[in-house]
Amino acid sequence: MEESTLDIFVKAIFSENMIFAYFLGMCSYLAVSKTVKTAVGLGAAVIFVLGITIPINYLLENYVLQEGALEWLNPAYGKNGENTIDLGFLSFIMFIAVIASMVQLVEMLVEKFAPALYGALGIFLPLIAVNCSILGGSLFMQDRQYSTIGDATAFGIGSGIGWFIAIVAIAAIREKIRYSNVPPALRGLGITFIITGLMGMAFMSFMGVKYGEEKDDSKKEQVETSQIINSKMQK
Amino acid sequence: MSETEENLKKPKEPLFSKKNKKLITDPLSDNNPITIQVLGICSALAITVQVEQAFWMSISVVFVMVFGNLIVSLLRNLIPSRVRIIVQLVIVASLVIIVNEMLKAFVPDVSEKLSVFVGLIITNCIIMGRFEAFAMSNKPFPSILDAIGNALGYAWILLAVAFVREVFGSGKIWGYEIFGSNLPGEESGLYEMGYMNNNLMILPPMALIVVGIIIWIQRTQNKDLVEEH
Repeated sequence: MEESTLDIFVKAIFSENMIFAYFLGMCSYLAVSKTVKTAVGLGAAVIFVLGITIPINYLLENYVLQEGALEWLNPAYGKNGENTIDLGFLSFIMFIAVIASMVQLVEMLVEKFAPALYGALGIFLPLIAVNCSILGGSLFMQDRQYSTIGDATAFGIGSGIGWFIAIVAIAAIREKIRYSNVPPALRGLGITFIITGLMGMAFMSFMGVKYGEEKDDSKKEQVETSQIINSKMQK
Repeated sequence: MSETEENLKKPKEPLFSKKNKKLITDPLSDNNPITIQVLGICSALAITVQVEQAFWMSISVVFVMVFGNLIVSLLRNLIPSRVRIIVQLVIVASLVIIVNEMLKAFVPDVSEKLSVFVGLIITNCIIMGRFEAFAMSNKPFPSILDAIGNALGYAWILLAVAFVREVFGSGKIWGYEIFGSNLPGEESGLYEMGYMNNNLMILPPMALIVVGIIIWIQRTQNKDLVEEH
């Protein structure tokens, strides 16, 4: 299936939203969504870091880690060479190292050159190294094998924006829910889970959006959406 | 020096003292990592469509946590506090690579279904949380017990959610049809009488709602856990 960069971008924001479709980054999503202000700060930091780490990990994946990706060093290491090298098993450790060091680097750069932004993002940046959505983004990028670095970046920024929308929305709802009469045992965490579930159902309606070449073939579209829905179902 | 003196003064703690037992039993209910500490939800929800996946995920987490906590606890005096997050991440990542290769070798079909979520054990907040909160400041043996307790606390929630979702969502447990066959044209058992699977259960949002209900039940029984807002 051919997808344009815009398709990938919109898909990452809505129908494959990090939180509502894959539950990535739930820990910080639940912990930092008590007020809208902090939610905006964390959301912005996530967009920022996803937008930086995914292109870097894309380059790593395609020029170092994949089977035969080291062809540029020596043709013998290529896919058809006599000494094919597959460093795929190292991808977890490489990705997490890139993420942790990028987060540290970004933190230092922001602190030095944009103190105002640092004031807004400051405390959230270190938290992000262990945010599942960042590593998840890189792993999905690896899984889906985007064809160009532009697509990978679009996917990264799109996922970040999707995450941002989700956390700001739940923070706004949590601010208002303070005035409602929630059953005591559900207060706090319980009701947040259930609201997130309901929001997820609402977001599932975006699965009907048609992308790219599927437009002229609605049957294909149905198969595609049911594959997304049942991707974890037993065949 | 002072540590060894203290050790001499204190009578030696029995292997499974009350305190140590508490380390295992606490995380199972009153201090459950998922429902009370709110950690490790990321990977917990996505793989609870089937009991089998949840089971293998739990085994992987138990393995990574026990060895990770042990290693971090052994190294706790050597890790400089400024770079501790990166050191911890490298330890977890290496353990997860081992788990991933093992799953690929012995249960390839499960490994395929878990896809990226095995890798996401690295950023599973329970593991980092326990490293920070416990292993960095405790001796190896209590750290192992703490790891077992928390990993089991995680595992039982995972299995409970997976059980509910698989039974009502696809009418199966561990892939075995318990309500009879629902193939079109050759229905048997409950399906013959008109029973339908609740397809909503298979969709992502229901995982959240099922966990929400578990939290509700847990907090109704133990009023101390109720939050203000």
